[in-house]
Amino acid sequence: MSDTTSDQVLTTQDGKPLKAALARALRREKLRSFLLIAPLLIFVLITFVAPIIDMLFRSVENEIVSETLPRTVVVLEEWDEASGQAPGEDVYNALLYDLIIAVENKRHTQLGTRLNYEQTGLSSMFRRTGRRVDDFGEVYADQLIDLNAAWKEPVTWATMLATPEWISAQETWAANPSGPEPAFVVSEAARNALPTTADLYGAFARFIQTEDSDSPMEEDPWVPVYKALYQDLIANPDAASAFSGETATLVGQAAAAAPNFETVSIKELFIDADDDWGSAENWAVIKTFAPKFTSGYFLSAADAQLTPTGVELKPEDERIYLYLFYRTLLLSIMITVSCLLLGYPIAFLLAALPLRYSNLLLILVLLPFWTSLLVRTSAWKVLLQQQGVINDFLVWIGIIADANRLVMINNQTGTIIAMTHILLPFMILPLYSVMKTISPSYVRAAKSLGANDWTAFWRVYFPQSIPGIGAGAILVFILSIGYYITPELVGGTSGIFISNRIAFHISSSLNWGLAAALGTLLLVAVLLLFMVYDRIVGIDNVKLG
Amino acid sequence: MRSEIAEADKNKQTRLGDKMANNRGAAVKYDSVQKSYDGESLVVKNLNLDIPPGEFLTMLGPSGSGKTTCLMMLAGFEPATHGEIYLNDRPINNVPPHKRGIGMVFQNYALFPHMTVAENLAFPLQVRKVSKAEQEEKVQRALDMVELGSFGNRRPAQLSGGQQQRVAVARALVFDPELVLMDEPLGALDKQLREQMQYEIKHIHENLGVTVVYVTHDQTEALTMSDRVAVFNDGVIQQLSTPDDLYEDPQNSFVAQFIGENNKLSGKVIEIQGEECRVELGDGTQLKADRVNVSSVGDKTTLSLRPERVEFDTHDSMDNIVNGRIEELIYLGDHIRVRMNVAGNDEFIVKVRNRGEKRKLHVGETVPVGWALNDCKALDAVV
Repeated sequence: MSDTTSDQVLTTQDGKPLKAALARALRREKLRSFLLIAPLLIFVLITFVAPIIDMLFRSVENEIVSETLPRTVVVLEEWDEASGQAPGEDVYNALLYDLIIAVENKRHTQLGTRLNYEQTGLSSMFRRTGRRVDDFGEVYADQLIDLNAAWKEPVTWATMLATPEWISAQETWAANPSGPEPAFVVSEAARNALPTTADLYGAFARFIQTEDSDSPMEEDPWVPVYKALYQDLIANPDAASAFSGETATLVGQAAAAAPNFETVSIKELFIDADDDWGSAENWAVIKTFAPKFTSGYFLSAADAQLTPTGVELKPEDERIYLYLFYRTLLLSIMITVSCLLLGYPIAFLLAALPLRYSNLLLILVLLPFWTSLLVRTSAWKVLLQQQGVINDFLVWIGIIADANRLVMINNQTGTIIAMTHILLPFMILPLYSVMKTISPSYVRAAKSLGANDWTAFWRVYFPQSIPGIGAGAILVFILSIGYYITPELVGGTSGIFISNRIAFHISSSLNWGLAAALGTLLLVAVLLLFMVYDRIVGIDNVKLG
Repeated sequence: MRSEIAEADKNKQTRLGDKMANNRGAAVKYDSVQKSYDGESLVVKNLNLDIPPGEFLTMLGPSGSGKTTCLMMLAGFEPATHGEIYLNDRPINNVPPHKRGIGMVFQNYALFPHMTVAENLAFPLQVRKVSKAEQEEKVQRALDMVELGSFGNRRPAQLSGGQQQRVAVARALVFDPELVLMDEPLGALDKQLREQMQYEIKHIHENLGVTVVYVTHDQTEALTMSDRVAVFNDGVIQQLSTPDDLYEDPQNSFVAQFIGENNKLSGKVIEIQGEECRVELGDGTQLKADRVNVSSVGDKTTLSLRPERVEFDTHDSMDNIVNGRIEELIYLGDHIRVRMNVAGNDEFIVKVRNRGEKRKLHVGETVPVGWALNDCKALDAVV
């Protein structure tokens, strides 16, 4: 046996470091335990953690504005919302192109719904304009066609903007159509000479090919495409030089005629379709929510809003969520306290009784678990309503007059009563399991030392049952703060919780972003309370069994 | 180190002086006490017991013998079904436990885990509304008494078993009770610590002069510490006497069997002469014995004989000499256990002190063994 001093690295017999050898020996074991939990871990990750993270992500996600109005958002950057003036013509031009694509793809209503969360009226603005936007710029179409009937032909547009390769591929395909038409490709030359037209027509062609399964060679372009061409020709009178043959002639002719065209203000067309387009306030909302990520849902969830001047609380009469959070916390605390007051003596009795009786009592405690939650809640409706069993009994024995029947349901009282009943076992069980471990000799010792029954309980028994109280309280509190079905059924309007509002946004208003933000806030609130609780009670003081 | 111990001893001496001056210690009396839990059988059958002030009395017995029940009735945690218990001539059946003023040490100490040692000790003083200053003084004195003076701020869980034990003793004594009950207090300790604690408890008792009622199933503990021992079996006190009497003069075969090691020889009384009798064993061997628990000729009897009283060096003055065959030799250091077959009983044990003698015993040898008449007790027959 070799001597090892403390500053030497311990080694195994064959000279490898002992720590490495130990780690290797343990690695197998660790791997095996990991493999054992892997199925559950993967299951939980896929079915639970990932959807929750995805859902919570919706609380900040805001891609719909920048995805639906990509051109508008870029141009809008330049606009100064503090001016109080609606933005200039260029913004409306961009909006026209974005909107015609959105309308054809039927996405403008979704955008309207999204923006309507922030500013009421925007939904109908988009909806109404969407019905008329395909006529915007008709005057340019008419003038171009008058100038040369070739502009009426789909082929003219396609040959002007497509690459030669696409044209030949299309011809080959047309001669013997099998499978889908080759995907439309915008030529570089056209993109340089007529950027707006190329952009919009490209979108048109894609839409025609994928959504309608038609050929751009056979379909008339959207009316705003003519407006785009006019805009390009004004900006680049020399556009014809990029083209050759018939197309060059055609474009040259149009470029020459364009400056004399009768013009129309797209901005006025929009305002004509809906006055709201002229409001700087609405544009400010669009600009505010243009970024891909937004704090808007969280601010709404906290009854605040993002204004051009910064974050501020909503007007008093529009605040609901802060109060709901407060009420959820308050009611949860009240439910926890009443569970504790009702559960403690039961648990005490359970722990003190001989096993034969305590088992029977325990079964009675667990009995509610065997009945459906809905049945129990509905039973409370029967008991508590104004024509219900309790009121009838109280009237019958004459404690209350028939006219003054107690209102015990569809309000906070109903929620507290029903939820206390439902969550009571979650308080009793941890209390019981902790009390079971408190040896009766402690109380006996206290009594032998001169403490009367109350002192022995309060100074000796009660402090030792605190871990059970802690476990039961946190269990009941966390369960109740997220409770949904019971408040929904017996809470009326004054007894509902924040979770009911979350459910409303998930299933009725479809504002998932706000629902996710509310959920995240609830989660954070619970975690914060948990930390405070850890500070005060100490989480290692909690015993569940 | 030595001087410290000497100092501590001196302190003990002075405290002893203090305590003895006001001669405390309560008298306890059980008066035909009976106890039944189910109304069908008696756990304690007609117990009569007088404990004078200052006595260390041990209730000794196997589990289920009723000794703990007797203690619990005295402490007030179990009501007596019949009879009366007196504390200093005052009936206490209707006094609740917390008003009896009896200190108690529990089997697992029952130190309050959520309080420090000092708080544990202060508890009985607080509920008695003793002033803060006096509390502190008494707590410190009690801690010093059990030599844990600097452990006041620790939690019970931070102490070793022996230290917890001392705290439990200190807590039972801190409010100066006249009577202290101990319910198998050393059961959870290992052997060495247990022996040390036995002496400490004994010394504390001697110093304070309180009455102690001690319950145990460990006969060594009972013999070491007690003034008197009450041997319980089947709800009845089998014998109540000083430790040496208990060992030397067992009154029945249960006590002889329960206290110390014992050789049993069954036989029949064939002659009685005053305090002596002659007994014939199953194989016809006749032995003389001390007549303790036989009334007439023809009675069946069990002879009880301590292994260390049997000698291999027989001489004529011995009352009984018989031949036995050596079956087994077990070397135990200070003595050698010899298992022999004597008069048909092959569980006959002889303890030979290891004096380094030349004469060797061999298994299979048949040798004479002898003992005096007084060491052989004729007791009641074991059924």
